[in-house]
Amino acid sequence: MAITKNAEIGVPKPREITTQPRRSDQIFRAVVTIGGMASLAILGLIALFLSIKGLHILQEEKFGFITESNWEVITDADGNVAQKNFGIAAMLVGTFICAFIAVIVGVPIAVLSAIYLTFYASGKIKNFLVSLIDLMAAFPSLLFGFWGFFVFMSSAEYWAKLLNKYLGFIPIFKVPAPIFERSPFIAGLVLAIMIIPIVTSISREVFAQTPLDRIQAAYALGASKFAMIKAVVIPYGRGGVIGGAMLGLGRAMGETVAVYTVLNVVYQINWQVLFGAGGNVASLILLKFGEAGPYEVDALMAAGLVLFLLTLIVNATADVLVSKFGGKGK
Amino acid sequence: MTNAVIPSPSKPWESSLEDKRRTFFLLVLSLLVSSVLVKFWVFNGKLGFAIAFFISSQIIFVSNSYRKLGAPAAKDSLLKGFALMGITLTLIPIISIISTVVIKGYKGLHPTLLFKDMALASVNDPIANGGLLHALVGTVIMVSGALLISFPIGVLTALYLTEIKGKFSRPIKFLVQAMSGVPSIVAGLFILSSLVYPITKQLSGLMGSFALSILMIPTIARTAEEMLRLIPNDLREAGVALGSTQWKTVSSVVLPAAKSGLVTAVILGVARIIGETAPLLLVSGGGDSLNLNPTQGAMGSLPYYIWKAFLTGGTDEAFARAWGGMLVLLIFIFILFGLARFLSRSKVN
Repeated sequence: MAITKNAEIGVPKPREITTQPRRSDQIFRAVVTIGGMASLAILGLIALFLSIKGLHILQEEKFGFITESNWEVITDADGNVAQKNFGIAAMLVGTFICAFIAVIVGVPIAVLSAIYLTFYASGKIKNFLVSLIDLMAAFPSLLFGFWGFFVFMSSAEYWAKLLNKYLGFIPIFKVPAPIFERSPFIAGLVLAIMIIPIVTSISREVFAQTPLDRIQAAYALGASKFAMIKAVVIPYGRGGVIGGAMLGLGRAMGETVAVYTVLNVVYQINWQVLFGAGGNVASLILLKFGEAGPYEVDALMAAGLVLFLLTLIVNATADVLVSKFGGKGK
Repeated sequence: MTNAVIPSPSKPWESSLEDKRRTFFLLVLSLLVSSVLVKFWVFNGKLGFAIAFFISSQIIFVSNSYRKLGAPAAKDSLLKGFALMGITLTLIPIISIISTVVIKGYKGLHPTLLFKDMALASVNDPIANGGLLHALVGTVIMVSGALLISFPIGVLTALYLTEIKGKFSRPIKFLVQAMSGVPSIVAGLFILSSLVYPITKQLSGLMGSFALSILMIPTIARTAEEMLRLIPNDLREAGVALGSTQWKTVSSVVLPAAKSGLVTAVILGVARIIGETAPLLLVSGGGDSLNLNPTQGAMGSLPYYIWKAFLTGGTDEAFARAWGGMLVLLIFIFILFGLARFLSRSKVN
């Protein structure tokens, strides 16, 4: 019976077995891959277009663009450029000074708070604090800038005076004139406050990933919390924390509005962090953009290109550091 | 047989009443010591008190632990003191910022604030003149424009990283990371150099959307990636085992399962860019009157409204207006964050 029925229908052909994806999957994979390449395309386009506009400035100024500190463009009566001189050394130095102050002040505080949140706080207090710090990470830089200017400045000025009074023998804490307002020191502190929530949440996530069995092994061997953190958490999380700090550095270097508001942008190299004059490439762009002619805009594009490459390098370093040290002890 | 005594559960690791009493006593002691130091020695002012309190409490607590349990306990107590200091220093600015905005901002609020624009008012006028309708509308238009651009790109990037896992996963992960580090002003310059100068030759809301989307894509991509990773692999395997193609699995199993996660990604992306100022100063023009057309003419935005009131004003009214705008912006961020929290909590349950 069954045999005859089979004979009627005919033996079905074996299904073709293949690893070749269907047409729909091929389209899907192609679309997703193209979408995934968008970040590459956008970063490439940013570099390309900033170069198109700014490269001729870099070619004319050569290395002077990053080693000299002038920003002059003089146009004659017809609006043609008669004389120009662009160099952003002062602003580059200012960028690094502010960003380093931010990292030196902000990262230890952030790591300590992350340790507190991961290993000391518990229950509702922990959830509340974590939400609060994540919320702070989403505050706009505008808010930090104006808060820094109107509220924070007076306290920070007082701290700067104290530093100058007691540590004034160290060259960077000297001031040529007693002007402590709107200094790189204060801008750096505001940036530190800005990066604390970012570094805290990254460090907290890294610490939370420490393998529980190792933590408990340390406790079982009689370690105190301090000994456990020193022997297990820090070696495990070092890479992640360094990466977080580098991300904070990148954020601090590219910050525009907060620095523009707090810092007194002056076109000179100023190593004396307590003195009220400094700069930052991003705030230079904002400052000069309003009144810039077409030629000067090209120079600003070149400055933007330098800033873009700098943050790219910092981020790449962070990435390398995390992949080199991160996850050690797994 | 014998009367077995059932021991009541005890928690020997919890601090006993005596410990709590001792901690309280030591805290009071260090407060006393620090106020004495402030009164009679070099420390003065609030900062002096804070430093004196930190040092004296550290010394008192550390020596107490040392006396009780020796050197390891002393080190432990030292770290705890520093960790507490770290979290305090983190919280002070947050509380200060929020309270400043609320205290200074409510003066700038006005019942008609949300229904008027600044076309006929200057920033120094009384608060009742003008409002932030144009800014609110502009921000909503620009942010939704940015969202329309960034959401597909961000989700596709996340899908590439989690579903396809191609050979470019590692570099793309790095590039997304690098993109999140692009300074906001560079995003503005990029839009200027690639679209405004060569093509449109005018500043408009659409340009603002483009600039904001550059900052938004990495946030959405990274959050969406994390959310997609939370979807258990069993679901994908089940989909494939039932004979569906990868496209069917992703579109009808993975993405619906990750829906609330994707909404969270959108919300965090919006929160990231809603207060972004620098690129808008460069590319959106910043108008004072209501403009509903993103392709034509200058468009206002909340950050620009605040910026202008702070920088061009100078009177009390201008500052009140600016802080009022800041309060509105902060309320937006609060709402967005609350939503994100609520969604991520409901997903876990």
